[in-house]
Amino acid sequence: MSLRLAPWSYGFLVALVMWGATIAYSGVGSAIPTLSSALVFAAFSVVVGSGQMLVIASGPGNIDLSMPSVLTLAAYASMSVMAGSDAMVLPGFLLAITVGALAGMLNYLAITALRLPPIIATLAWSFVFQSFAFNLGGEATLKPPAALSDFTLWSIGGIRVLPVAVMGLTLLAVLVLKRGVGGRHLLAVGQSERAARLAGIPVGRVRLVAYTLCGMSAGLAGFLLSGFSGGAALNMGDTYLLESIAVVVLGGTSVAGGQANAIGIWGAALFFNLMATMLNTFQMQAGIRFLLTGALIILIVAIVPRPKVG
Amino acid sequence: MADIALQRRPRIAPALGSALQIGLPAATLIAMLAVIFWIRPSAMSYFGFGLLFKFAVPLMFAALAQMLVIMLGDIDLSIGSFVGFVTCVTALYLNEAPLLAVAILAAGIAVYAGVGLLIHVRQLPSIIVTLGMSFIWLGAAVTLMPGPGGAAPRWLVAFMSWKPPLVPLPVLIALVTAFVGHLVITRSSYGAVLRGAGANPRAVERAGWSLLTIRCAVYAAAGALACLAGLTLTGLTTSGDPNVAPAYTLLGVGAVILGGGAFTGGIVSPVGTVIGALTLALAGSLLSFLQVPPTWQIGAQGAILFLVLAGRVLFSEHRS
Amino acid sequence: MHALSPISGAPRAGAASSVPLIATRAIAKNYGAVRALAGVDFVLAPGEVVGLVGHNGAGKSTLMNVLAGTVQRSSGDFRYDGAEIGPWGAREAQAGGLRCIFQELSLCANLTATENTRIIHASLKGLGWRRRARALIAAALDDIFPGHGIDPDRKVAELAIGERQMVEIARAFTQTSIPVRGVILDEPTSALGHTPTEQLLAHIRKAAAGGIACILITHRLNEILAVSDRVTVMMDGAVVADRPAAGLARSDLVTMMGSIEAHGGTGRVSAPAVDGATVVDHAGRDAADRAIRARRGEIIGFAGLDGHGQRERLRAIYAATSDVPVAYVAGDRGTEGVFPLWSIADNLTIRSLKALQRGGFVVPQAARALAEQWAARLKVKAPDVDTPVLSLSGGNQQKVLFARALASDAQVVLLDDPMRGVDVGTKQEVYALIRAEADKGRSFVWHTTEMDELTNCDRLYVFREGRVVEEIPGAQIDHARILEASFGGAQTGASHG
Repeated sequence: MSLRLAPWSYGFLVALVMWGATIAYSGVGSAIPTLSSALVFAAFSVVVGSGQMLVIASGPGNIDLSMPSVLTLAAYASMSVMAGSDAMVLPGFLLAITVGALAGMLNYLAITALRLPPIIATLAWSFVFQSFAFNLGGEATLKPPAALSDFTLWSIGGIRVLPVAVMGLTLLAVLVLKRGVGGRHLLAVGQSERAARLAGIPVGRVRLVAYTLCGMSAGLAGFLLSGFSGGAALNMGDTYLLESIAVVVLGGTSVAGGQANAIGIWGAALFFNLMATMLNTFQMQAGIRFLLTGALIILIVAIVPRPKVG
Repeated sequence: MADIALQRRPRIAPALGSALQIGLPAATLIAMLAVIFWIRPSAMSYFGFGLLFKFAVPLMFAALAQMLVIMLGDIDLSIGSFVGFVTCVTALYLNEAPLLAVAILAAGIAVYAGVGLLIHVRQLPSIIVTLGMSFIWLGAAVTLMPGPGGAAPRWLVAFMSWKPPLVPLPVLIALVTAFVGHLVITRSSYGAVLRGAGANPRAVERAGWSLLTIRCAVYAAAGALACLAGLTLTGLTTSGDPNVAPAYTLLGVGAVILGGGAFTGGIVSPVGTVIGALTLALAGSLLSFLQVPPTWQIGAQGAILFLVLAGRVLFSEHRS
Repeated sequence: MHALSPISGAPRAGAASSVPLIATRAIAKNYGAVRALAGVDFVLAPGEVVGLVGHNGAGKSTLMNVLAGTVQRSSGDFRYDGAEIGPWGAREAQAGGLRCIFQELSLCANLTATENTRIIHASLKGLGWRRRARALIAAALDDIFPGHGIDPDRKVAELAIGERQMVEIARAFTQTSIPVRGVILDEPTSALGHTPTEQLLAHIRKAAAGGIACILITHRLNEILAVSDRVTVMMDGAVVADRPAAGLARSDLVTMMGSIEAHGGTGRVSAPAVDGATVVDHAGRDAADRAIRARRGEIIGFAGLDGHGQRERLRAIYAATSDVPVAYVAGDRGTEGVFPLWSIADNLTIRSLKALQRGGFVVPQAARALAEQWAARLKVKAPDVDTPVLSLSGGNQQKVLFARALASDAQVVLLDDPMRGVDVGTKQEVYALIRAEADKGRSFVWHTTEMDELTNCDRLYVFREGRVVEEIPGAQIDHARILEASFGGAQTGASHG
């Protein structure tokens, strides 16, 4: 085969096919609105996925299962402090980020201090965070301030601002991973912890930063999502548990660590959201959607050529 | 010459080391039971035990299934949704068309073996393939049965509420499974090969064993155990529900780790896993006995997980 | 590479009477475009010991893997015990009674020695298998390494590295329903101390007398000469010489391998000429232990038997040194050295990012210049610095790791037995470079298991049972003195190496 696609391009490719299918079904007029709304939904997946990517890239076994509950907790905390007031948007934002950062640090603390596998440590914390969210908001949905909702829906000249802003974050992540000292250190730690230690890299600090940034991205996603969807809700993070992992891996990041692809996450996130749109247009059942999602994840992972590590 | 055998620090005797590994979750379990009996002495009875551990049975099977996969150094994120799928099949067909139900479950086990095959042949990360499978099982279950429904066969319900003499059914099942698991995985000659394959697959392959066969067989066995989890769960809840058991995936992982297992492959203990599953199942009951408000119960479960695992660190030898 | 005398590939006349256990003709192995084996003729008679030597990348390990069935040959004929063999896998090799001790340990660390023995014996099953397996491995250990002191029911992970190696060797000689016909030993002594090495060499002779053929691969040429009937020399994937061992000298082997080896080494006897400020001062852990000190420009050696605390001390010094920049060159490149997904340049500059950055971002031109400068100084053989590090040979990967340390600002460089398994030519280049850097004022602390390397040092610390038991100044570095200190004076084995 002369045509070799980069692993991360498959997500974009599938997304494109699904967009095409949707347009074919509901007419050319639907092209732009479909894409525009998929971009907005994808933006949330990208925020969550980018955080997860940093953790996954920091070494085999590293994963953050607490993202959904951190997202929910941060959303509840910020909604409570803002109480629908526009003047409080900035404090609310800072609180959401702080909650996320603290949660990330607690995750890493449990991993190192108790020497737990990350999957267990973050799972146990997710139970705790979930409880906090329960007690903050109970079953009630807390409404966001109008300014926040307006921001998430803001568009300039027909172009939505939110996805563009998140793309900016993605570009920043690309730059840091490629050229940043911190990014190089992260990828070195992810490839070989022992080699990194002996090369003078502060392994603990690098991982702490990765988990903290991951928590912060969950906090940011919670803050934005509650503005976008009209408030915080207890189950708002649930779908992101598996999706955050799936978009990272389909985006070309290796679960073995040491290698990350920030742009690819967009392809995978668009694929997820355009598929939902497509199946909705076709009026397919939810069951079919799950089946197709699962089959495509396995198919893409199975056919994509991966770099061999000896 | 003893010049090679360095005695730098006293090592914990092997037997003591593994006793600690299982002893710790066992001690936790006993401590939790003690608290419950202290608060409610009436629970210390045949009936009380049966009630406390009722829902530990399916979790135990799911945890053992997870243990097999973790033994190979893999992880299965699809067990929870597969168990949900099994409850749907059981509640829909096992009564009216038992042959069809058995055929579907057998096909499910075959798919599990196929997942092992795919992971091995394409050298894929199990976490992703089983992540995809979790969507597939959920999709299949929802397609069969969009919401809770169906009815468990009467014999299955009767079995799960059977009261054998002297020992309550959940305790009996726990004892039997732990014993069988110990024989097969820890003691038998093939168990040694399986654990070896998890830790150093190349060494086992060089000794002439087929890793492909091993992985397929182990995955199929995991699928069979997950079927048992689904069957017993249906017997308890008397109906099917696609979303009944997503928590089993990660609780199962928790039980394996509580029981002294490790993700590095080859280090698992069936007895420990059974005790771990019992501990996790009991945690919920303990919290309601302690009158922890419902909103804090799940958080307290997380705290219990931390406490037990922290104990492991305190008691384990200092390895760098 | 040097030109060589014509090849003598003809089998020995004496072996013609019996059917050879292994006979290959024109065996080749290609990895894509890379030719790992270019038509090898190899014969091994029952009860014969063949020493196989050659540089890294000469194809020795590939040939062994083909014979052991863990790698499939691309072409060529293979006869085992007289029978023509088609596809040859690990299972067939096992069934034919051919055992292999691989360079990297192939024991399962989570299992006991008993359970590991079961892995290679399909017939050890059913009731009482554990008892039978235990008896089998214990007998083999007692036979080969009398006084080993290894408990077969202890997990391999809990054994010292030398003990693991002994278990692995003993396991290869255990026998159940299938008689052991041949044993391939790939660097079996790299982790063994002096006594077990002697015991193993004696056992190889004993096994050969009993009809078991052995292939011994090792960089320690004296061991080859001590036990082999015949020596086969490989280079660039082909056999370039095949001679009876009798009458061969170490220097003959070196010549046949096609490289110049500076004989004996020329240690610098005088004290370092530089200002002599102390840069490392690491206290011993108790009264019986000695402090380790190194001055500017000094090369300090850690001697002693393998696994007697040298590496641990090196790590402790690495962790404790914070006032001067320190770099660590790992010997275990695969797990502690290279970053496998990266290029030479990325691997080389990672230790120096602080100096190459501006505002938290690496300046690409500066990083590239540094990588090119040092890759050239160490003569790393690669098209350019963007070449993936894993595509390099082991010796060249090791050079990249050296370059990482030397390109950095490190004043103290710790060497953790980095030349293990590296070919002679590379060694000489690196020795010269270490000397040159020391003359510029850098200090080296060098742990090595190769006696010959110690002559490059200005001063030695000898380790025994986790402690420094003796300090030997440069003028007095000689093998006998080191061995005496390593064994605590009680034992005076024949000078080794």
